[in-house]
This record gives sequence, C-alpha cells and structure tokens, in this order.
Amino acid sequence: MNPHASGFAAYNFAYLDEQTKRMIRRAILKAIAIPGYQVPFASREMPMPYGWGTGGVQVTAAILGADDTLKVIDQGSDDTTNSVSIRKFFEKTAGVATTTRTADASIIQTRHRIPEEPLKSGQVLVYQVPIPEPLRFLEPRETETRKMHALEEYGLMHVKLYEDIAKNGRIATTYAYPVKIEGRYVMDPSPTPKFDNPKMNDSPALQLFGAGREKRIYAVPPHTEVVSLDFEDHPFEINRFEDTCALCGAEGVYLDEVILDDKGNRMFCCSDTDHCEQRREAGHSGARAGQGLEASQ
Amino acid sequence: MANVATPAFTGGFNDPVHGSQQGFRAIMEAMARPGTLQTPDGVTAPAPLNPVSALVALTLLDQDTSVWLDSGCHGQADVADWLSFHTGARIAQNMATADFCILSNPKGVTVLADMALGSEEYPDRSATAIMQVTGFEANPDWVCEGPGIKGQIDFQPTGVDDSFLPVWSQNRAAFPRGVDLILASPTQLAALPRTTCIRKAREM
Repeated sequence: MNPHASGFAAYNFAYLDEQTKRMIRRAILKAIAIPGYQVPFASREMPMPYGWGTGGVQVTAAILGADDTLKVIDQGSDDTTNSVSIRKFFEKTAGVATTTRTADASIIQTRHRIPEEPLKSGQVLVYQVPIPEPLRFLEPRETETRKMHALEEYGLMHVKLYEDIAKNGRIATTYAYPVKIEGRYVMDPSPTPKFDNPKMNDSPALQLFGAGREKRIYAVPPHTEVVSLDFEDHPFEINRFEDTCALCGAEGVYLDEVILDDKGNRMFCCSDTDHCEQRREAGHSGARAGQGLEASQ
Repeated sequence: MANVATPAFTGGFNDPVHGSQQGFRAIMEAMARPGTLQTPDGVTAPAPLNPVSALVALTLLDQDTSVWLDSGCHGQADVADWLSFHTGARIAQNMATADFCILSNPKGVTVLADMALGSEEYPDRSATAIMQVTGFEANPDWVCEGPGIKGQIDFQPTGVDDSFLPVWSQNRAAFPRGVDLILASPTQLAALPRTTCIRKAREM
C-alpha cells in the first residue's frame, strides 16, 4: 500500500500513523480558523521525551510531504543536540530533504527563536511549546483559564506586567512575552526572546505551535495582527545589545553570550547560526573572526 | 449487501499517505490564506460529489468524525456508502451535532447557522462545511478581509449570490464561535475561515 514502506520498513511516512495525522490536521485547521486559541489534541507518545519538542514534531509530521525541505533550529542554532536529533528523525522516517538555509526551507521547526532572515509566503514555521497557556502561572486551574479566554478576561496578565514595573521600574519579562492576536486571544509566543515578537506580526509565513505534553495546538495565520501587551507609559520594547556579533559583525540581531575562559573573557555572537554563516560567507567579519581561543589570553 | 461492482468501492486515493498529505496541504494553505485558490489532484467519487470535495472528505474524515449530507447527497445512497467505505466516518442524521457537513450545491448555504458553532470555551468544537461550487469568478464582486489576507482580496465562488453575505456575516459575528467553510469546485478549492469578513466591492 505505502510505496515508501520498502525503504523505511518500520515506519509509516513521517513516523505517525495516518489516523493520528488526520486528528492533528483537523486540529491545525481549527487553530488557523481561530487565531491564538489553543485547540486540544490527542498528543501521542513520541520516541523522545517531553520537553524535546514532541508537540512541534507531531505538527511537522502531520504537515510534512515528500517535496518539503525541512530546517530545524534550537535557540537559533542548526547544530545543537535538539535540532540535529529532530532533523535526523525526519531524514530517517520521512526521507525528506533537509537544509540549514532559512531561505531554502519550506518548513522550519523551531525551539525558541525566529530566524533573522525574513520569512516568505509559503513557508511554515512550527514552534515547539512547553507551556501553551499564557495565564497558567497566574491561574493554575485549566477550567478557570479556559473561562478567562472565553470571557476575554485578561486583566490578570496586565496586573502581572504592572507588578514587573512596580518591582523593577520596567516590564522585566524578556521571553515568552504575552501577545494578543487580532485583538482577541492572548497567546504565549513560546519562550522566544521578546526580541522576536515583532517578527510574528503580519508575517507572510504561517506559524503553527505544538505543545506535546500539554496537548495543545495553536496558530497564527499569515498577515495576522500580533501585538505585544504593554502600557501607554511603558510601551513594549525589544532587547537591545551594545555589542555586535564577534564573528560576523552583525548589528540588530539576537546575540548569545559565550564564555571564553575563566578570566572573565567572553564574546557575543549571532544566535542564528545560519544567518551568521551566510554573512561570513558574504565577506562580513566581526572583531574575533578567524581568531582561536588563545587570542583572548 | 453491496457487491464489488458497487461505486462505493471505486475511486479514492491511489496512494493514501501522500494523497492525503497533498490534499491537506492544499486545504491548510486555503484556510491560512482565505480567498486564494488551490489546485489539488482530485479523487474519483460517486455523483454528486466532485473530485475536490471528495478529496477534502477523504483527507479529513475518519472513524472519529461524523458527516452530515445535504438532500442532494443524501438521496444518493452511493455517496454515503462511498464515504463509509473509504473513511469510516459516521453518517450524521442531525446536522447540529455533525463534525463535517457536505453541501452538494451552494443553494443550501442558509443552513450554516444550524450547524455546530462550538462553545465560547471550546470554539474548535464547531462544524466544518464542505460546499461544492461550479467554479470561482474571474471578476469577483466580493472583497474579503481578515487574518491570512494581506490587505484585501477579491473573491467570489460561481453561483453564490449576495444572499450568502448576511448568512456569512452572521457566522462572522459569532466569533470565536462559528463554522469554517471549504469551497470545492471540480478542480479547485478555497476556504473561508470564520474570521474572514466579506463585503460587496461596490460598497467601498
């Protein structure tokens, strides 16, 4: 029946059975139709632990086709354990082409970053989500948070942001910064740095979110309004960096701090490894480009 | 009992895994970009189902779902048998509780409000309507706006007149509750999620 069975005898295409895929696909369609609303789904056990992106993996498996080119990033990086494992998982179970180039990918599964390179129409960004409910740490009961979403009762979230200001003089939330979708649902953008929040607004790409342990799928369709919650006198601001990337010299990108030794030396470099590599290939270089570790000593 | 020559056993996917994946991506693109036309490969099915609406049914229906058929389909025993054989979906007698509703032609669209709309707490527990149309207008008289649409898009299915607009705006007003609509011509499909606002082009 399945022409791919000969090559991958142990698995259906993309690991999941067809009935599971249909169930996830129906949830994805409702998620797209109700932007920002968390659709419950019958999350399966996957051959990796919760917290490793089982929600994202199930969403990717349900949408992935033989013609797709898949990119997987973890905190912006194509070559950390999580992204390598998931990329290899789909190479093995679906035999799809994979890439590290943002522009070449039709599906990008991500843990906690949005690529620096602007996404295009036709691309799908699949987020791995640990806690999909933005109100969960304010109200632990699912029955209550569900009612709060139904009644559009989001005052508590503003109280939380206000408490940030009262304690710290500014909104101290730096990741998983709550957003409002099309003026209706408050949504957790997953633990992306708030630096990435503006990229979610009016994106030409479709954004899908999968939470495996919490069994929720939600979505932001292309060209949809995504507003970070704030106050008139304390407007939303993204993270700013004083440094530029030590490897490619990029400004205005999200930077990772890398500790170089035990003498206090450190450097900042692009969190998006593909963006950094492409800039270096194009001839850009930062302060530490081409230097070994000994140069810091 | 039906014998092997019965239309119920014919048609369907040649390749269920990839056929349904390609069908789904067309539906997902259509739902994410309301008013745009997708051209998936249809599947053969008994009349009055057209190849694309049959594709949508095979892609989304299974034993976990129920499907309601309008009078155009319901009179054709082949359609119910075909859907049961290929998908395992239950044929719903009551439209108000069905997960999917198949409308064989747009004239029956007034029933949209009688379908499951979901609840305020679970708006996803609403019906998805699959409505067959003869085609899509090259010079649409409607303008659509909403999530998934950059600015606005001109869109109108053929044979669907302006009496659809108040029905749809009533559906839109129930947000986040509401029915999502998949429109299938014999060769193309488009979708209108509950978030899409439609108005007459001339009223601009």
